[in-house]
Amino acid sequence: MHTVSNPPAPGRAVLPSGAEMAPPVAASPMVSFRGVTKRFADRGGKGEFIALAGVDLEVPKGAITGIIGRSGAGKSTLIRLVNGLENPTSGSVLVDGVDVGGLDETKLRGLRRQVGMIFQHFNLLSSRTVYGNIALPLEIAGLSRAAIKARVAPLIDLVGLSDKAGRYPAELSGGQKQRVGIARALATEPKLLLSDEATSALDPETTQSILDLLKTINRDLGLTVLLITHEMEVVKSIASEVAVIDKGLIVESGRTFDVFTRPRHETTRALLSGLPGTKLPDAITRRLKADGGTGDRIYTRLTFFGATAEQPLIARLMSELGAEVNIITGTIDEIAGEPYGSLVVSYSADPAVLSRAEAFYAQTGLSTEVLGYGA
Amino acid sequence: MAPDMLLALLWKALVQTVHMVAVAGLIGTLVGLPIGVFLANSGRGELFAAPMVNRIVGLIVNATRSTPFIILVVAIIPFTRLVAGTSIGTSAAIVPLTLATIPFVARLIEAAIREVDRGLIEAARAMGASRWQIVTKVLIAEARPGITLALTLTLVSLIGYSAMVGAVGGGGLGDLGIRYGYQRFMPEVMAAVVVVLILLVQAVQSAGDALARRFDKRNRQT
Ligand SMILES: Nc1ncnc2c1ncn2[C@@H]1O[C@H](COP(=O)(O)OP(=O)(O)OP(=O)(O)O)[C@@H](O)[C@H]1O
Ligand SMILES: [Mg+2]
Repeated sequence: MHTVSNPPAPGRAVLPSGAEMAPPVAASPMVSFRGVTKRFADRGGKGEFIALAGVDLEVPKGAITGIIGRSGAGKSTLIRLVNGLENPTSGSVLVDGVDVGGLDETKLRGLRRQVGMIFQHFNLLSSRTVYGNIALPLEIAGLSRAAIKARVAPLIDLVGLSDKAGRYPAELSGGQKQRVGIARALATEPKLLLSDEATSALDPETTQSILDLLKTINRDLGLTVLLITHEMEVVKSIASEVAVIDKGLIVESGRTFDVFTRPRHETTRALLSGLPGTKLPDAITRRLKADGGTGDRIYTRLTFFGATAEQPLIARLMSELGAEVNIITGTIDEIAGEPYGSLVVSYSADPAVLSRAEAFYAQTGLSTEVLGYGA
Repeated sequence: MAPDMLLALLWKALVQTVHMVAVAGLIGTLVGLPIGVFLANSGRGELFAAPMVNRIVGLIVNATRSTPFIILVVAIIPFTRLVAGTSIGTSAAIVPLTLATIPFVARLIEAAIREVDRGLIEAARAMGASRWQIVTKVLIAEARPGITLALTLTLVSLIGYSAMVGAVGGGGLGDLGIRYGYQRFMPEVMAAVVVVLILLVQAVQSAGDALARRFDKRNRQT
């Protein structure tokens, strides 16, 4: 199936020009990675392991940017460079224009107060209550007791834990712990929030509630969010920008909607194939041929987005082609807040039907992709 | 022996024991705790990375710990005289007791600190904490139940060790038991000493356990 559906295979239609638009580029990025490499000495001592092989990436201000990649791709290494938990072997990382590598210990600590971080395993102090955990970064920053109290109370409300302030982490669920983690990360009023697999230890429902919280924070506080994950679902649901990392290199980046609706790199496609509704049933894939003969049916993927996603196009297509149309699989979804639908249909490859279909696509601006022919 | 005389002897010995254990325990902890924190964080890539110093301190700690206590007492008599002004008596006995306590505490504290999840150090660094703040606000705070149990074990062991310093006229319960109970063959003194020691150890252990439990919020269920 790959040979048929992957560009530059013939038959792949071009998207409507509206979706081709470049993302609005903010004046100065919140984070820039410039030719960043990171090598780790092997355990043995002699050899070296290249975790990052030259990363160039800009993280725009005010947006939620996702970095996605498989396990071991170098995601954690990359994000840890941003707050100086790790230093690049070469290249530089700029946070709001400041080169992290050029900071002395004191200045680096100052920078870290402007950059919050949340973790997969929450990393809460078991000896401190919810209140105490959120207060910790403020104690570290040297705020007075009264000032701490004034800061922590609204944060506890923001993350919806007003009734749990005196509880210890052991008494909380995973989702509640991550809420504490988020409140703690926000305590010093940072301009950037880093998230290292913050939802990977949570069930889907809790994941969604945490993602909603991050979205709210991004929108209401104007906080830039940089998150890394191996889950496409996470990026799809909240990140407006995405970068795909593979073996220490950024292989693809851009607006999430563009990258997800027209993945160019193999890794992106592989990661996307995990999403429901994007994959054809194997039984059908096996039967498909690249060319049609007489009596064959054509299998076509219709992609809806922008204006086309909101019109009753399926019904119209059916009436246009008669009862011929067979729906194979489909999904209607949102990518980074934009409606998106994908539908695989089959109909007779009879020239008369095909020309009616073509006319319909041209008229409605539907994006189509011929997957193949079969019985 | 008359009961009131026995009681007076026991009381005096108990006070001496408590005196030795308290002073040696206190100084031993004050010195051993930072060494333990250092040992737990000075490996390669750790917070106070100094692998060479770590290895040297580790060697000294091991050497002191493997020297039998009674040999240590005798071997450091010149040093004891220098510090305590005398090599005989309770104050003199405190010197070798303290010296033996330091590496003991250091290793136990090291183990307790190593129990703390490394992710917490990472989180504290990400908050902009200094190394000192990481030690006080994270490592020691989180290891408090383990540290409490370590210090309890230290006190219990010290009570045992303190019985041996009769050799340098240190006095205390052990000394009383040996001199009266064994050398003068007064089994009732020996029995009384053993009972008091058992009660003392029990009290220390129960107090330590209770305290550690109060500090431990890791498995609290409601
Ligand atoms: N301190 C280190 N020393 C040696 N190798 C390291 C070190 N940290 C990371 N690596 C290696 O670098 C590679 C990238 O690691 P990294 O943690 O960045 O991956 P990741 O993309 O976050 O993976 P995961 O999704 O599993 O968390 C891995 O192969 C890892 O073994
Ligand atoms: Mg990782």
